[in-house]
Amino acid sequence: MHKTPLLDKLESGPWPSFIKDLKRVAKRKKSVADLLGVLERSYKDKITHWKHGGIVGVLGYGSGIIGRYTDLPEEFPGVEHFHTVRVNQPSGWFYTTKALRELCDIWDEHGSSLLNVHGSTGDMIFLGTTTDQLEPCFAKLTAKGWDLGGSGSAMRSPSCCVGMARCEWSCYDTMDLCYEATQHFQFEMHRPSFPYKFKIKCSGCPNDCVAAVARADMSVIGVWKDDIRIDKAAVKAYAGGELKPRGGGSPYAKLDIKADVTDLCPTACMNYDGKTLKIDNKNCNHCMHCISLMPMALRPGTATGATLLLGSHAPILEGAQMSWVIVPFMEMEHPYDEFKELVGNITEWWSEHGKNRERVGELMLRLGMREFLKGVGLEPVPQTVKTPRANPFFFWHQEDFDAEAKGRKYIK
Amino acid sequence: MAVVEHGGKSFEVDEDGFLADLDGWGPEWVDYVKELEGISELKEDHWKVINMLQEYFKKNGIAPMVRILSKVTGFKLKYIYELFPSGPGKGACKMAGLPKPTGCV
Repeated sequence: MHKTPLLDKLESGPWPSFIKDLKRVAKRKKSVADLLGVLERSYKDKITHWKHGGIVGVLGYGSGIIGRYTDLPEEFPGVEHFHTVRVNQPSGWFYTTKALRELCDIWDEHGSSLLNVHGSTGDMIFLGTTTDQLEPCFAKLTAKGWDLGGSGSAMRSPSCCVGMARCEWSCYDTMDLCYEATQHFQFEMHRPSFPYKFKIKCSGCPNDCVAAVARADMSVIGVWKDDIRIDKAAVKAYAGGELKPRGGGSPYAKLDIKADVTDLCPTACMNYDGKTLKIDNKNCNHCMHCISLMPMALRPGTATGATLLLGSHAPILEGAQMSWVIVPFMEMEHPYDEFKELVGNITEWWSEHGKNRERVGELMLRLGMREFLKGVGLEPVPQTVKTPRANPFFFWHQEDFDAEAKGRKYIK
Repeated sequence: MAVVEHGGKSFEVDEDGFLADLDGWGPEWVDYVKELEGISELKEDHWKVINMLQEYFKKNGIAPMVRILSKVTGFKLKYIYELFPSGPGKGACKMAGLPKPTGCV
């Protein structure tokens, strides 16, 4: 074992210490002992000690494994190779102990035993192995029914919130859509063919528990289009303090329905006169605030589906973006043919026009919403913008003039 | 950088087995890489891909996007994986002597 005075300080304090965990594994894994050594060195030097890049993989796939080599191989031979294997997670991250034991046994035999549960895209991450172990590890995984996740300029592993498995607000079966999308786009996941990465995330309601709006090129967010269901007796119980706000998760002991709920409604479409709660559903924008505070009294409607948003990505290159609405409402019923077709159209349009390493959101900014909508076969609708353009630099096509000359006011 | 010997020639390679420099490339390199990349026999179509990659790189200084490779050769991505089981990046670019792909891979 290497001496690790700086890392040792991270063993104190109440939070579970990753150093303690690593040290436990390091007793039987040389690679982890050297990982601690290299990390201590990085703490001292304040610089990473991993070399640039690394291209490794398994035959048949162009993605799923991230190669890594230390730049101090003589000193820390255990991490000379330290590749990461992305294993596609089950929808909603539900496991049986049998499944987890299976994964741990495979990784204990072929890798460092270290896991990241889970990577931020959703994959189960196997941290650290050597090139010669990749194929045998992959063979064992597939024999047990597991597969690799995505990496590189490909469809990445879709992920979802727990959805209908454990949540009363889920407006569609997120786990089913996530699984279906994963199966449908297997080729695109394993064999990078896009200009850059593409991610799908599925949230059951606008609370967006997988942060789809910020971390997925295609964000699928559950929503309803009829009325919020109100249980009058439960509203009374919240007003009287018998029911705790937010399932007990709020600092308030007793809900002041006017101050805490209706006055905070972003569209001011709610009214409470001390007895009856009224919602003007036509003006509700489905922000979830009232439902989140009074889960026993208010429920989403029953005509449910999802809003599709596109384009979020981290800052590189053109600045961070959140996804914006492209389809205000789509029904989400198995086998999701309309959704799959649209995603296919979008990736096809993007692959045809996108520059190298240009995310789909950046391509939309470069070519404009009109080209995008035309390219993927969608109609322009007011919900796709927050406000109309503030400048007059509108581009007219020749056919626009021709149509106007013939007396048509608007053309589709 | 390690050095490998094959067919009477020596090649300087990095840890991923990519050639250090396209100038060091020769047909012996292709013969050496094919075994590592799960290719039993080189066909005309393999050479079509290799030649296209080298020409594109010499002209543009970068490897082509997958879609351009497909369009120019007329090979669908599925067929490129049949030719090169590790794919166009790790398989074909390595064989053609192009530099290692970079970015989030």
